[in-house]
Amino acid sequence: MTLTQNTQRAALIGGVVVLALLPLPDFWITQLNYIALYSLVVLGLVLLTGIGGLTSFGQAAFVGIGAYTSAYLTVNLGVSPWLTVFAGLAITAVSALLVGWITLRMSGHYLPLATIAWGLSLYYLMGNLDALGKYDGILGVPPLKLMQWDIGQGRPFFVFAWTLVLLGTFALLNLLDSRTGRAIRALRTGSTMAEAMGVNTLRYKIGIFLIAALFASISGWLFAHFQRAVNPSPFGLKMGIEYLFMAVLGGAGYVWGAISGALVTKLLEDQLQVLLPKLIGTSGSYEVIVFGIVLVLVLKYLPDGLWSLVGRWLPAPRRTDDWQQAAPLPERTKPTVGDTVLEVKDIRKQFGGLVAVNDIGFSIKAGQIVGLIGPNGAGKSTTFNLITGVLELTSGTVKFRGETVSGLPSREIARRGVSRTFQHVKMIPEMTVLENVALGAQLRGHKGALSSMLRLDRAEEHSLLKEAARQLERIGMGGQMHELAGNLAMGPQRLLEIARALCGDPALLLLDEPAAGLRHKEKQALAAVLRQLRSEGMSILLVEHDMDLVMDVTDHIVVMEFGTKLMDGTPEAVQQSPKVRAAYLGTEH
Amino acid sequence: MDLSIVGILLLDGITNGAVYALLGLATVLVFTVTRVIFIPQGEFVAYGALTLAIFQTGKVPGTVWLLLLMALLAAVMDVRLTWQHTRNAPKALKAGVFTLLLPVVVAGLSIWAAPRQFPLLVQALLTVGVVTAFGPLVYRLAYQSLADASSLTLLIVSVGVHFAMTGLGLLFFGAEGFRNPSFWDARFNLGPVAVTGQAVIIVGVSLALIGLLWQFFEHTLYGKALRATAVNRLGARLMGISSHAAGQSTFAMAALIGALSGLLIGPTTTVFYDSGFLIGLKGFVAAVIGGLHSYPVAAVGALFVGLVEAFGSFWASAFKEVIVFTLILPILVWRSMAGGHSEEH
Repeated sequence: MTLTQNTQRAALIGGVVVLALLPLPDFWITQLNYIALYSLVVLGLVLLTGIGGLTSFGQAAFVGIGAYTSAYLTVNLGVSPWLTVFAGLAITAVSALLVGWITLRMSGHYLPLATIAWGLSLYYLMGNLDALGKYDGILGVPPLKLMQWDIGQGRPFFVFAWTLVLLGTFALLNLLDSRTGRAIRALRTGSTMAEAMGVNTLRYKIGIFLIAALFASISGWLFAHFQRAVNPSPFGLKMGIEYLFMAVLGGAGYVWGAISGALVTKLLEDQLQVLLPKLIGTSGSYEVIVFGIVLVLVLKYLPDGLWSLVGRWLPAPRRTDDWQQAAPLPERTKPTVGDTVLEVKDIRKQFGGLVAVNDIGFSIKAGQIVGLIGPNGAGKSTTFNLITGVLELTSGTVKFRGETVSGLPSREIARRGVSRTFQHVKMIPEMTVLENVALGAQLRGHKGALSSMLRLDRAEEHSLLKEAARQLERIGMGGQMHELAGNLAMGPQRLLEIARALCGDPALLLLDEPAAGLRHKEKQALAAVLRQLRSEGMSILLVEHDMDLVMDVTDHIVVMEFGTKLMDGTPEAVQQSPKVRAAYLGTEH
Repeated sequence: MDLSIVGILLLDGITNGAVYALLGLATVLVFTVTRVIFIPQGEFVAYGALTLAIFQTGKVPGTVWLLLLMALLAAVMDVRLTWQHTRNAPKALKAGVFTLLLPVVVAGLSIWAAPRQFPLLVQALLTVGVVTAFGPLVYRLAYQSLADASSLTLLIVSVGVHFAMTGLGLLFFGAEGFRNPSFWDARFNLGPVAVTGQAVIIVGVSLALIGLLWQFFEHTLYGKALRATAVNRLGARLMGISSHAAGQSTFAMAALIGALSGLLIGPTTTVFYDSGFLIGLKGFVAAVIGGLHSYPVAAVGALFVGLVEAFGSFWASAFKEVIVFTLILPILVWRSMAGGHSEEH
């Protein structure tokens, strides 16, 4: 598979060379050169907007930084363009990190707003600084030269720019199909699940904003040496919005949507700039009217963009099980049976005046399954969220394997060996079951974005996938691993979450209503899995309404009602307790 | 810099700040009720100032024809939607007529009045009518069917609407700018500073509007209903508050505020078809200071933006936009320190 993929990719780059040798009119080559420059920027936006669920109107400003840095350094200081590209990337990185770090800690809409303001101020700054030639810009930028060979114009530039675009595309495709890529794709579903899998969501958000900015910066560097001049107008907010238009039109969720969006937009713009002034009678940039209306219509009627129409006809890529030979992942040392794994002491959660969890305490030993039961609204899920760090404690402490973990963020608690499932299934519907489950092993890998882009992560990636496949087999879902998670019924979705939690190599597993939606046979299989896990020394905290299952598998039960602990004891003791009966069924008066 | 310059700059900052306050409030209003980040708010400002300028020349402003066209489109959409839901032809037609009614009346009045060169105040009133009528139509055409989409999608829609409205502005008003006559030519000497009547009007109208909005949201049932929609759309809907109607009336208010702002600044500066954007964005910076939800903080923020701009243009006039828009970064730092960690999904 990797071989054929590599051949396909090499063929695409070869196609670029062939296209340059064909007797195409120069006009078309120039157009395609511009499309390459746009595509680079839009590739970054696809990652940021379509995949990561964030957006920026300031990409044109980053293009401007790349262009102006190179123009200034080559014209005024005579630095080689092959060095200025790195200077541009460095300045872009610093500004992107600054803007990202400031805005991404707040809710998602502050980033686009900040990029609007940032784009505007940068535009006026470029237009008013004497050193940058004010609104006239910098003229006489030298062309790109490889040895003595001018590759800054025409066909050589075409080959160079499109090779960069394709390499960028492949890098993004590689990135999305990796450990880092799964974390990026988890960002859109909200931070709770991703954080519970150990993903530092803020870091990844800043990361994709940075990558998008760097793509734009390279486009700007190419632009400066292709145009041989820079001035502020192509880096204004209008262009920033047009880049977003390209991404949405092409299909912001697809890497190939970037190129198709840039292509269609450029062709459309050319036609409109000729047609509309003729129609209206005076010159002016009337094409923005059409762009604006088309943007709204696309979001309404074709939200996945043009590429979704093309993608429908392409064969769906199918993963082959090429991880059989991979090394198994290292496992953490597990507590010995009988040790106290979790100690919950007087934990309390107040929402304003409401006490949702009122000084609850219990403990779990290694190799024990503890049930947490109680009527709806008793505070079971809140207790779960307090233990796993999703909610902050009002007071009380949680100790895991002797270490106080209360107050830590949920990803740090996950790192220590606590895995969980969610009452309302949280998964990524457009990823396969296998990929969703592999997300659970996030903390057992270490390769970052760069090694994923360069495919230096394969050994680790195979180990991660092997582990995911192993956990799926274990839970009885081996046959469905290549299906899209969104196509699963409710029961299998819950099993997926359990497999994902197991992928984290936990010492403590917290299951929130795992049997809801399961059929009788599936429930029996689940009970068997739970018993098997216990026999391996795993500790499990189980919230469940299916009393047969709870009484069947648990060693100890904690009963909650209205946020307080009603009693705890063996399943037999709980079954015989009149207090518990009263809580569930009410009392006779 | 002596005291008289400080006085002039203060006055300048306060008058501009008053307009930014109005726009900032409109932004907060639209965002809280509909989750739409309404980038094109400034376009209503330009439409307001320029529509009045065209009325002054005795012609029918192009915005009137645009209004009719949009009303027709919206009516067709409403007829179709009602027909699909009820399969009842009279009901469907009624829905269409209901949508058409107000824009047609306003447009008809404008077409009748334009060549008659009525006094400035009458023309201003017509202008407010025309631009306000755009509000619900913009919501109907661009946002209504996407009302449940993510706030990111709504933001991108806003950008599309901004593009379309700016381009249409160019189409109808041309590339040249207009400056409107002052509503009140009086001048008062306050020590070394001359206060124009227009400045008094700007501050007065802004204060009055802010007061009215406050009254509306605190003391009327419909205002409270809008606030309920802002807190929980589904819950409000279950209580019988139509979220479509809420969206349309919110946009009508935003357009009204935009039109009034356009009339207020029209005499103080030359307005071009694309001037509204920058003015609106300064209101936006104010709204961001208020975290997109606090009206009083947004108003104070607007005053701050106005003052920064006034003093910025004195010290480094070429960089005044740079200063105003770079301001948003320290503001966001301050907001995130002030506990803006909440995350919306």
